[in-house]
This record gives sequence, C-alpha cells and structure tokens, in this order.
Amino acid sequence: MSEQTLKRVDLIFGEYSNEKYKVLATTLERTNEEILKDILESGLRGRGGAGFPTAMKWKYTAETPGDEKYVVCNADEGEPGTFKDREILLRVPRKVFSGMAICGRVIGAKKGLMYLRGEYKFMVPELMKELAIYHEHAKMLGLDFPIEIRMGSGAYICGEESALFESMEGGRGEPRNKPPYPTTSGFMKKPTVINNVETFVNVLMIMRLGPDQYKQLGTTDSRGSKVFSVSGDTPIPGIYELELGMPLDRFVDEFGDGDTKAVQVGGASGFCVPRKKFKDTVIGFEGVPTGGSMMIFNSSRSMYNVLHNYLEFFEEESCGQCTPCRVGCQQLLKGIVAVKKGEKKAVYLDQLMKLSESMKITAKCGLGQSVANSFSSIVNNFKEEMIY
Amino acid sequence: MAKKINLTIDGIEVTVDEGATILEAARNLNIHIPTLCYHEDLCVAGNCRVCVVEQEKVKNLPASCATPAAEGMVIHTNSMKVRMARKHIVELLLSEHNADCTKCYKNGNCELQGLASQMLTGDHLFLDLVPDKKYTIDMFNTAIIKDDSRCIRCQRCVRTCEELQSVSALGVAYKGNKMKISTFFEHSLFEVVCTNCGQCVNRCPTGALIERNYIDQVWDAIYDPTKHVVVQTAPAVRVALGEALGMATGKIVTGKMVSALRRLGFSSVLDTDFTADLTIIEEGHELLTRLKRALVDKDPTVSLPMATSCSPGWIKFIEHTFPEYLPNLSTCKSPQQMFGALAKTYYAQKRKINPKDIVSVSIMPCTAKKFEANRPEMRSSGYKDVDFVLTTRELGIMIKQAGLDFEELPEEKFDSFMGSSTGAAVIFGSTGGVMEAALRTAYEIVTGREVPFDGLNIVPVRGTEDEVREATIKIEKVKPEWSFLEGVELKCAVANGLAHAKTLMQNVRDGKATYHFIEVMACPGGCLGGGGQPIPTNKEIRTKRKMAIYEEDLGMPIRKSHENPEIAEIYKEFLEKPLGHKSHELLHTHYTPRKRY
Repeated sequence: MSEQTLKRVDLIFGEYSNEKYKVLATTLERTNEEILKDILESGLRGRGGAGFPTAMKWKYTAETPGDEKYVVCNADEGEPGTFKDREILLRVPRKVFSGMAICGRVIGAKKGLMYLRGEYKFMVPELMKELAIYHEHAKMLGLDFPIEIRMGSGAYICGEESALFESMEGGRGEPRNKPPYPTTSGFMKKPTVINNVETFVNVLMIMRLGPDQYKQLGTTDSRGSKVFSVSGDTPIPGIYELELGMPLDRFVDEFGDGDTKAVQVGGASGFCVPRKKFKDTVIGFEGVPTGGSMMIFNSSRSMYNVLHNYLEFFEEESCGQCTPCRVGCQQLLKGIVAVKKGEKKAVYLDQLMKLSESMKITAKCGLGQSVANSFSSIVNNFKEEMIY
Repeated sequence: MAKKINLTIDGIEVTVDEGATILEAARNLNIHIPTLCYHEDLCVAGNCRVCVVEQEKVKNLPASCATPAAEGMVIHTNSMKVRMARKHIVELLLSEHNADCTKCYKNGNCELQGLASQMLTGDHLFLDLVPDKKYTIDMFNTAIIKDDSRCIRCQRCVRTCEELQSVSALGVAYKGNKMKISTFFEHSLFEVVCTNCGQCVNRCPTGALIERNYIDQVWDAIYDPTKHVVVQTAPAVRVALGEALGMATGKIVTGKMVSALRRLGFSSVLDTDFTADLTIIEEGHELLTRLKRALVDKDPTVSLPMATSCSPGWIKFIEHTFPEYLPNLSTCKSPQQMFGALAKTYYAQKRKINPKDIVSVSIMPCTAKKFEANRPEMRSSGYKDVDFVLTTRELGIMIKQAGLDFEELPEEKFDSFMGSSTGAAVIFGSTGGVMEAALRTAYEIVTGREVPFDGLNIVPVRGTEDEVREATIKIEKVKPEWSFLEGVELKCAVANGLAHAKTLMQNVRDGKATYHFIEVMACPGGCLGGGGQPIPTNKEIRTKRKMAIYEEDLGMPIRKSHENPEIAEIYKEFLEKPLGHKSHELLHTHYTPRKRY
C-alpha cells in the first residue's frame, strides 16, 4: 500500500515561459540522443491510458528506416468521463505543439497531425491562431515541421490508434491487425509516433525541468503528474492535476460527497472500484491506471444502471468488424437485462463473465478487449444489484 | 532467399519464410485451424477471430491468419483457452445469424454450418439476437439475392468487390450492433454499380449472398408436355461441374454432362460453343471491318481498340464506369444470347416448332448471364431469347435432385444441329480464349495461312490472373484483298478480373497504351472462375480448370471456328453472310450508359 498522499500539481497547466517557444528552442539545440535519454530517464509513460513508455515508442520509430514519418497527436478524447485534453488544448496548446515538434525532430518526421475530436470543432479557430504562431517560430528556428489539424467525426473507435489512421486516410474507422505497430506502419503505412495530447505536454515539461526534477513526482512505476477529469457525485467536479500513485481513499476524501459507493477509474473501459477497496487501490500503472476519467458514484446510484449505460455505449460504439466485440457487447447487454427481469437465472451471469473473458483475449483491438474491465468489476462487486 | 523463422506449433518445430503467418505455418504441418473471414484470394481481414491460437507468454490470443510467425514463438492451436474462445465466437456468430438451415439455399455447403457441427454448438450458450434485428432480404435483383439475416459480417464480399473487381458495390455501413454489409444508400443490388459477376457469391461462407435460382421454373418447363425445352451449355461448365458432384477438380465431364441433361428431360441438348464459334466469325469480321475503316477509309469515327462483349459482367462494368467507351465494345451479343435468338428462329424453323413453345435454358458458369438474359433488348426473336439461366451449381443440384449417379453416367454427344463446336469455342472459358480463337480465324481469313504459332497455341495471349497481358501479332504476306493490313502489327491486350480491366481501360483512356483489340472477362481466370461455378474457388482450383480447358481444345478434331461445318451451314441456310442483315437483327446488340453509383 502506498504511503503517498494526494498532492495537487501545477505542471501541465503551469504558465508558459516568458518567451514564446523558448523551451522548444533550447531543446532543439540538444541532440536527439540527449532528448531521448532525458525522456527515458524521466520514466514517462503514455497518458492515453495504456501507459506505453514514451521514450521506447519514439526510439523504435526513430530507428525504423524511412524518409516519410509522421507525428500524430491523438486528440480524439472520447472515453466517457474524460475531458482533460479539451482543457489542455484550450489553455496550453503551445505546449502540445512544442512536444509534437520535439518528437518530429527526434524521429525525423516532416509532418505533424492532430486528430481532433469532432465535438471539439469549436476550438479550431483558436488552435489555428496558435498554429500560425507556432509555424512562424518553427520557421525562425529552422524547423521544417508543419502541423495540421484533422477532424474526427464522432466515432469512439477512432480514438484507437490504428482506426484513427484509417479515419485520417479517408477510410472507415476500423482498427488494423497488429503487428505491424505504428512505429513501423502507422499513418499512410509509414512509421508514426502517436501520443496522447497530455503526453506531448509532459515531454515539454521534462525538457523544461530536467528528468531529475520531473521524477520527484509520482512513484517508481508512475512518474509525474496526471490531469484528472473528476465527475459524478462530487461537489467539485472539474479538471485537477494530481500526482500519480495516490491511494483512492485519499482521492475520495478530497472529491467525494461523503457517501461514495464506488469510483469508476478510467471511464467506461476502465475499472469500477467499490468502497471496500478504496484503501488498497493505487491510481497509477502499478494499480489501476486511468486516462484521466474518475467517475464518482454515491449510494443513490444503481450500479446495474451504470453498467447498462456502459454496455449500451459499447454496443453502439464497437466498429462492428470483429465478432467478439460486435456480438459480445450485444450479448452482455441483453444478458444483464434478462437476468434483471428474471428471464434468465442468476447463474447466467457466470456465463456472461466467461464471455467477457473471451472478449478480452480475442477481440481485435483495445475496445473489445476492455469491455471486460468494467463488466467484470461491476458484476463481481455488485452482483446483488445485478440480480435484484 | 527469404529469412527463415523457427517456431513451435503444438509441440512440433517448424521453419517458415519470414512473413508467413501462424496459420500458414500450421497448414505446413497439416494442423487445421478453422477460419471464416480468411480467403486465399483476398487480403487478410482478421475480423471473425475464429482462427485464434494461444501463444505462450502472451496474454491475448492472436488471430493466426493475421499474425506473422516470429522466431521462437510457441503456439498452441487446441488448448483449453483456445477451445473455449473459439466456441464462444462461433456461438456469438450463430446468435446473430438466422440459423434455419433447412430453409437455406446453402444448406450443406455452408462454412458456418460446418464449423457449428464441428464444435457441437448445440448448447445455445447465448441469447438469440435475431428477433431484435430488422434484417432485410434484397430480392429485387434478377441475378443475386442478398439476405442480411444470414450474413456473418466477415467482409469477404466487400474485399472481393473492392480488391478483385474494383467495383465496390458492396461496403460496410453503420457500426456496432447495426453494422451491416450494404450498398450505396442501401439501394437494391439491381440499382447500384453491381455487375452481377457473382464473385461475392463464390466467396460468401454462408447463404447471405446467393444466386437467384430458377431450378423449379426449369423443372416446370421440362414437365410441361406442350413445351420443347432446349438447353445450351457454356464451355467453362464442362470443366467444373464434376466438382459440384463430388469429383476431383479439373475433370472434363462434357459427355457425362450431356447424358445427365438428357436424363433430366431436356428435349434437346445443345452447345453454347456453337455460337461461340459464330461469335468468332461475326466478331472477327467486325474487327477487320473496323481496321479497314481506320486504315483505309481513315474514318475518324471508328472506335478502336475494339473490345470483346462476351462477358456480361464486363458489359455492365463498362456501362457504369467507362460509358464513353461503349462504342468500342463489339456489337456482337454474347454466345448465350446469340444462341437464344437462334433457338427461337433458325432452330424453330428447321425443327418446325412454334417458337412460342420453345423454352430456352442455358447452363452458365456465371451469375451475370441471368441479368443479361433479362435485358429488355434481348428479345430479338420476338420472344425472350433465353428464358432461364442456370449456374453450374444449379445444374449440380438438379442432377442430385434427379438421383443420377453422375460419375457412372455414360459419355454422350450433343444433339445436332447447334451442337457441334471446335477447340476455339472451348477456350472461350479461359481468359485469353476469345482473343486466341479470334486470331486463329482472323489471321487465316487475311493471310490464307494458319497463325504462326506451334500447334495453333497462341500462348502469348493466354491470360494470367496477375496482370494485363499484352501481345503483338505481325500480319505478313496477306491476300490481295487485305493488302492494307500488310506489315501491320496487331496489338492485343487481355484482362481478367475487373480490377485489371479497370487498369486496362484507364491506360487506354489516358493514352498510355494503344491497342487494336482487347479481351476482357469479368472474373478471375475468365469464365472458368465465374460467379456461377462450384464453391470453393481459389487459384489452384482455377488453374486446374484452365488446364482442363486447354486439354479439351487440344483433343478437338477441329480447332478453328470457321471450320465448324454447322457454321458454314447456318450461313448458307439462314444468315447469308457475316455482318449481314439477319446477323444484325439477331446476333448484334447495343449498350446502355449507366451511372457511376
């Protein structure tokens, strides 16, 4: 159990440096090896939720031969309960573009693309203004790395990296087979680094502070801070930047309404943690990871309804190409309804649990694989509510 | 040499070339991993997940069709985890699938059914989802029926339509639980760019895409004592029908087919090959006429290259995709339609039968022929020229229904007249065959000598599935009346599969290539790989059928269309001369520009 306490941080949303693109300029004076070494040293892991070590992703892509490479910023923030990238892009877009530019230099990419969630169209004018400033400074720095914005159209699946590439290429948003991974075959089948919005900002912060100072935050497995989207039964919903590795009970003390029954960590595709496990749950890669979503439920909530809602979401947002996800989601939803209505015996839930396990290991992409997370954690911890 | 990869599958070590998948490696060991969305002819989709296997030290089960073998991999294809997952997947597919198999046309020839029986999925682990779905059946098309309730969304059809045919009439629509295979704005296949080629039907693992069958209508006609039912059989049927009846691939079953048709009760068993020979005479003269107009008369309105018009899938494709090139199509009807027009005129007169009492049936390797027979312009005899078109598969079903032991049937000969043919007509069934047959005749008309190829085998125009084949034939020492062709290098191109046809036409349109004569067949390999042929299909099967076709050609006593005695007879008795008035009335047609969606 972690001894750590809850600590608010002001890293991601901290003020810009006094000169525009100053950190980018000083970073570009360093060698690619030095930059990669610092990121590796910092222990930074991807902030989209999966937590792949960022330095490794960049290194693999840099090492893949090829003249045409891309940097893609995944701003298709679609996980239910997540709204932190929106805030980052509204408040500190400059840090995002700087992070992308550093990545472009390190891997040898000539172009950066930001795939922006369809619902965030309202931001485009502001982002374009900031991009104009970025391009001006890039030119002054002699950096040939233009950044473009591409709009999504509202499909959840397009946040999955390979479906995102398909969508950007003008195809139907369907995940690809892996391998090959984006590091060798991403956008336009070219080596690509794709990172979450927040990851790029973290890179810039490492460049500004140095890995040693950055490492002061967080735990061995989860370095740095994280922007959390706090919602649900809380008197203070909103965006909070907190140190990684905190125990969930401290989080609930801070944000709960005094009657917290469960916290859904990581959105619909994440895990549901019941009250009795708050104390033993660490928020971070060593415990329960999250892309930022923290949904708090108090005792007035029916966990059956919560699960029903998630499954409805997955049933509709599955791309539909692979069997376990397309049909599995329909079966899980129809199954819990049948049990609740008494049309199926309670033991049918065990059958559904086995199905969700199969989905986890056979689905083609992360969407189908992660349905089991919320399903099994809610059904296991709140079985009574599922039946009666 | 390719790098070698060593891995272990079910305890057996195996070495494969780098890039090979786990599935391929397992097949090398004769380990059978079930598949559904996988098809040898198509790119890998990896979406049905039936082929998952367990890889040691890896949490998830990779799809063996989509995962390249890697050094040191340890794979289990039949572990507890795999069996459970696979069973779940098949049960999931069944829960979404209209599984009233006994009412399905594909009953007994369905890959999902086969898998279900193998896995003993009688448990019905999950709830039936079919009642929640608003599945529809597209019954409007005369050639192909699409039944969404039987679809398992493997997307083989989508990949076929896009990759092999570059038509993309079928695509994926919607997502999640509503995801389905659909067409442009969900119109009927009848109203979209679909060419009716039937390649999707050949590759559909279930009964979601099937031909519209006319078996009962044909039985009714046979049993009707007032009707005289003539049947014609296309060249590619005789090298594939055996497959539908349990025989080995690539067997020539011409004689058994004839005797089966006779036993089914057809009044007269005739041969489309006869009108294939006739097509060569008409089309050969049409080509020479066009060349004369271009070279001698310097007529700027003459359309070259001239394109063959035997393949109705190709016709509908060019009507949709390159309508500006319709004048380039030969005006000759396909052999099927020439036959139909003659059956109710020439044949009726000669046999003294009222054409209204003739029912004309054709056995075709093709689904597009069903659409062709229903074109409004195909009534030049005053009646519907071809009443019913059956695929090779449908004939196979009729033979089974009649209880015939096909393999034991005696070899019989076609009826005469309109039953005799040549080797040139037989090779119509393979890509490049029409070109070769036309050259055998045209070259001889012009020079008085046989084509300068060993044994009449014009190998350079025999198409392959991999590319557009090009060939140049130099015409020398011509007869005086053809002096304008002296020294002309006749440029030909041969394409099969509509994706290659599209490339060919784009090259022509962009001026990247100039030809005099092009042959296009809509299906991979030509008619022998047609959409009405027995299922399954793959390159190996098509190659065997192709070898059988050329073997049949070699075995024919006459191998040039113009030497077919019945052809000379029909011109003497009825048609008078090639491209004559009667020919134009009965044997030639026109085309309709169509929209691109």
